[in-house]
Amino acid sequence: MCQVEEEYSGPLEKTSLPTVSKKCMKCKESTAVLIIRVGDAFCRDCFREYFVHKFRAMLGKNRVIFPGEKVLLAVSGGPASSSMLTQVQEGLSRDAPKKLRFAPGIIYIDEGGACDQNAEEREKTLSQMEAIFRKTGFPYHIVSLEQVFSLPNSVLEPVSCGPERPGSSYKAAVDQYLQQKEVNQRQGQLATEEAQDAVAHLSVQASQVSPEHKQALEKLFSSLKTLTARQDMLQTLRQHLILHTARLNGYSKVMMGDSCTRLAIRLLSNISLGRGASLAVDTGFSDPRYGDVVIVRPMRDYSSKEIAFYNRLFGVRSLFISGLGTKTSDKASIQQLTESFVIKLQADFPSTVSTIYRTSEKLHTACPPQTSGAVAADKCLLCLCAVCNKADAASASHASLISERLSRGELGMEAKIDPASCCPSGTLDPFSCQREGQGCGEGGSCTAGRAPAPADLKSLLCYSCRLTVKDMAAEDTLPPYITSEAEKRWNRAQLKEEVREFLLEDEDEEVG
Amino acid sequence: MPVQCSSCACSRAVLKRPKTGHSLCKGCFFWAFEEETHRTITSARLFDRGETVAIGASGGKDSTVLAYVLKVLNERYDYGLNLLLLSVDEGITGYRDHSLEAVKRNQQQYDLPLKIVSYEELYGWTMDAIVKQVGVKNNCTFCGVFRRQALDRGAVMLNVDKICTGHNADDVAETVLMNVLRGDVARLNRCTAVSTAGGGSDGVVPRCKPLKYAYEKEIVLYAYFKKLHYFSTECVYSPNAYRGHARAFLKDLEAVRPSAIADVIHSGENLSLKEGVKMPVQGTCSRCGYISSQALCKSCVLLEGLNRGLPKLGIGKHHRLHGRILARQPLTPVEEEKMKTLEF
Repeated sequence: MCQVEEEYSGPLEKTSLPTVSKKCMKCKESTAVLIIRVGDAFCRDCFREYFVHKFRAMLGKNRVIFPGEKVLLAVSGGPASSSMLTQVQEGLSRDAPKKLRFAPGIIYIDEGGACDQNAEEREKTLSQMEAIFRKTGFPYHIVSLEQVFSLPNSVLEPVSCGPERPGSSYKAAVDQYLQQKEVNQRQGQLATEEAQDAVAHLSVQASQVSPEHKQALEKLFSSLKTLTARQDMLQTLRQHLILHTARLNGYSKVMMGDSCTRLAIRLLSNISLGRGASLAVDTGFSDPRYGDVVIVRPMRDYSSKEIAFYNRLFGVRSLFISGLGTKTSDKASIQQLTESFVIKLQADFPSTVSTIYRTSEKLHTACPPQTSGAVAADKCLLCLCAVCNKADAASASHASLISERLSRGELGMEAKIDPASCCPSGTLDPFSCQREGQGCGEGGSCTAGRAPAPADLKSLLCYSCRLTVKDMAAEDTLPPYITSEAEKRWNRAQLKEEVREFLLEDEDEEVG
Repeated sequence: MPVQCSSCACSRAVLKRPKTGHSLCKGCFFWAFEEETHRTITSARLFDRGETVAIGASGGKDSTVLAYVLKVLNERYDYGLNLLLLSVDEGITGYRDHSLEAVKRNQQQYDLPLKIVSYEELYGWTMDAIVKQVGVKNNCTFCGVFRRQALDRGAVMLNVDKICTGHNADDVAETVLMNVLRGDVARLNRCTAVSTAGGGSDGVVPRCKPLKYAYEKEIVLYAYFKKLHYFSTECVYSPNAYRGHARAFLKDLEAVRPSAIADVIHSGENLSLKEGVKMPVQGTCSRCGYISSQALCKSCVLLEGLNRGLPKLGIGKHHRLHGRILARQPLTPVEEEKMKTLEF
């Protein structure tokens, strides 16, 4: 396990370069133009067929997108999501066999405000993206990141599993779709209205970036001290905007263009970020954490290499848009570091990505994301995953907490047996001890009602989001929908504490 | 300007804790390190009063610090444990003979009984002899498998209740990453456990890792300020490769965000497997009775390979040959040829 050049049986085996055969291994007629995997040389047509089939097969196998359903395609302009857009177009075109039958729309989030792009650059990117979207003929929504400052609280409220579809089985839905297309459409509208009732109206228009919001966003991102935290926050806010737009416009599914390579990187970086409990929802085919809007990842079977080849061979346009990590070093953040690690390892051990990816298939969420009576307090305020505060004292999170408190002299100094090296009595501050204690599930027992103080906010977060907020200089720079929702949850927990002795059912979980 | 200790606020800080970033004085750091180990032990109920506990001692920093801290805590908190040192002599000239010197010094300093079991007495092979036959590649497979069993055998000889090893937080986090990279979900599932159950089968002694949450850097700091003597040389046969990648990655992660090591362990502790994922079933080796998921345990297969002059027998998966090994039947010439040499 630890020697140079050791051979590995199975997944980690170093494969020798194949002899390049000139013919396509599939049709055995045409000249091969690329090698996707070791030994698999494909000609142009066969590759196209293979690529297109994979997309349909992924959707067909999982059967989560119902005919006629409104599906929002999250397009960033990068190779994977652009390729996904092309696949949807292809699948919906009239002559496609096994035609896709959902109603797509596109969302693009303009993140220029967080990534130090000037107005000119942003304008240029937007017009390029719009040109691409207009060509598709699909409805599109261009949302700027600044709009998080006008999001309503409702984004963070858990919604019980969306409106039950008529005939919850896929087959029934297909039949219904074929029988009465129009009725189905009207039902779609109904669902839209329902969603619109639930969330406050918000006009989502790219051109209206108010200067205050622009400043607020800059303040928020400069308050985050590390690139790791900035990238994590960006990801969170982006998800919220997509979710809100989907709800507002009645989309019940969102398609993300995450490739297999991307997901392998995310899996490993999420482990490093302490998100082990929610790996399955973060990297799986479908992500049900939001209840009424389900995230699906139809590109998860493609490697980034396949996508790059497809885009190149078939002229799929993608844009390079500089992001937070552009022009930074490999070791600037945990996400960057993981990305370069995986990609370098993949170069030496070609099955790295697929092995990591297959690991993810065997995992599921430690805490079930959707128990019937799920309440807001059970879910992380930011990522909406289960807040898994295992009250277990024998755990890494508890051990870190102990280290923290010991280093600040908050724990049991009176028991110290070596007084010579130190002052006799420690600065045991009961208040700060209590504040720290909420990490292990005692959050409800703290002081009187007030706007959420730093420690209070953390009690509403999962382990990983707590780390992100810890890297934050000023928590009041967070968008209002987050702070006000935090306050609401906090007050509710407080209220609950006050009436606790009169409650017959012991619902401990809500005070976590 | 001298920095004040963030814990007692009256002494001058001498170090910055790698784990939390706080500046601490010597006394407070010792206290914190020992207290954390104590809490790991008590919160996970690693030991019961009156037990005999063998400390797997290699002479390296982790086991040296572990032996020292356990001795201190056993007295301070009156665990009522009977501690002793257990070492394995792999028979590596220029490496283990030197490190065993360090263990013997520890034995005298800490006044703990020491037992050394050697590969030579257990298996009839020293690592030097194995390397001669196997070559420099793949020999870690032999050493690792044999050591695991040797510790258990030694523990049985000494009639101890538990073995504790010096695995630290870095080791555990690294193993989590390794198992993800190798797709080994069965190990991924159990590698973060602080202790293993005895399982009731003979020859398997429960193991635990009291330093599971201690950062490697803090162990070195502790040894440095306590002036503990340990042996620090890489094994002459193991220039790391694949595990080295995981190790380097973890160190980089730690540099970006010091809590990353604890965060990886936290992730590992909170992973759970889908139902229906095939897992190896623990059984016993039909030759030696040691735990094994196959008919023959790995060390019996490796040993058989060595004794038959077919070292590759135990490298990679050759489960279908187990039946014939058990029945002591010869292999076919073609198979023999495959298992013979490790050069390619």
